[in-house]
Amino acid sequence: MLSKLMGHSEEIAALILFGIGFTNLLLNRNMMKKIIGFSMMDSAIYLFLASYGYIDGRVAPIIEDASAPLEVSAYVNPLPAGLVLTGIVVSVSVTAIMLALTLRLYKRYHTLDIDAIAILAREADPE
Amino acid sequence: MARIDWRRWIEEGGDALDRDMRTFQAITEAPEERDPFELPHPRERLTYARFHRWSHSKGERILKVIYFSLSVLICLGLSALLISTALDLPQFGADAELIDNDISTFYVEEGLRHTGAMNIITGIILDFRGFDTLGESHVLFVAACTVLMLLRLPGGDDPESQLARRRAEAFDRHFEPRGDVILANCVRVLAPLLIVFGAYILLNGHLSPGGGFSGGTVLGAGLILYLCAFGFARTGRFFNFKVFRAVTSGALAFYALSKGYVFITGANGIENGLGPGVYGRILSGGLLMPLSVAVGLVVGCTMYALYALFRKGDL
Repeated sequence: MLSKLMGHSEEIAALILFGIGFTNLLLNRNMMKKIIGFSMMDSAIYLFLASYGYIDGRVAPIIEDASAPLEVSAYVNPLPAGLVLTGIVVSVSVTAIMLALTLRLYKRYHTLDIDAIAILAREADPE
Repeated sequence: MARIDWRRWIEEGGDALDRDMRTFQAITEAPEERDPFELPHPRERLTYARFHRWSHSKGERILKVIYFSLSVLICLGLSALLISTALDLPQFGADAELIDNDISTFYVEEGLRHTGAMNIITGIILDFRGFDTLGESHVLFVAACTVLMLLRLPGGDDPESQLARRRAEAFDRHFEPRGDVILANCVRVLAPLLIVFGAYILLNGHLSPGGGFSGGTVLGAGLILYLCAFGFARTGRFFNFKVFRAVTSGALAFYALSKGYVFITGANGIENGLGPGVYGRILSGGLLMPLSVAVGLVVGCTMYALYALFRKGDL
């Protein structure tokens, strides 16, 4: 069991990070901390995906000499790296938009507490 | 019911909310003048008051504890479920079918011949999955536009927007002091190195580790460092809103046009005299180098624009 756990150490670290981020989302009322939790969940997923492209003893898929006979089993899987790159860029964009919206909310309500913002918004605009 | 002083809560931030909860309770539970819905019997009134007090003090605390423990339980359960699933997947670094299969073999074998990239990952990103990368750059561009709409200060001549701009300027002066000698001298050495390194990563993306996104980020970091050291007046000379608009839209338009041509002609690619990638020659590998430069320019400009907008509300 322990050896199995050690063999999956990267994935387990990633998933524990995911759990911490999710708990952060549920337990914190501060919007900034919620965004930090969200980014942690993103990073955990990228760590998880990227760890599945690696194969022991192989090198990055950069072919140095095109004329030499190609040995496929010398290179790791290039696909997860490309997929994770896409995800990272999208998460940067989403984080930027979230932070900008939070800044606007703070400028209007002068608090980052999500419950206080809800109360103040209801006060300002009662249905 | 008595009025509550919301203004104090607003000015003192979220923590004041917790502190003032007790005052709030004192106000709501204070006896008021003649309630028309008052319960007739004094015993009923007492029971109602006790229940009301319970739900406001003890009940709230119990609910909080239940919420806390439930959320921790949910998160622990979720993590345990995910980990138990991950244990059934192949081990980290194992040579398993899931990781080393026909697809990755195809990309490594045929990548150089199909795309001309020695770095197979760049080949995948900019050629096999080129449409995806086009969308990705547009996501970044749209994010920059959204932040611009949300945070950019009004540029009009009326006194209100002038006041807003002057206040932003004063905040910026206060929180980011100018003329820091240590930072300025470090940046004089570091910023050119960073920008040259970013350009190197951009231009060598198809031959060595690197590519548009990493190079663009390094370029953006160099610009941001320069801005930190020397302020908006110095960076405004070579990078303002017009430059941002021109560079970003130009790069995106170049990418979209060249890739669109490739898609329409059935992924045949534009005829180029460059041929496949050769180690150490930047001018090889066909369309990949210009494409990664375009992506890198978009990424670098966007990073710098996001930083500047968050800091001062203008480029």
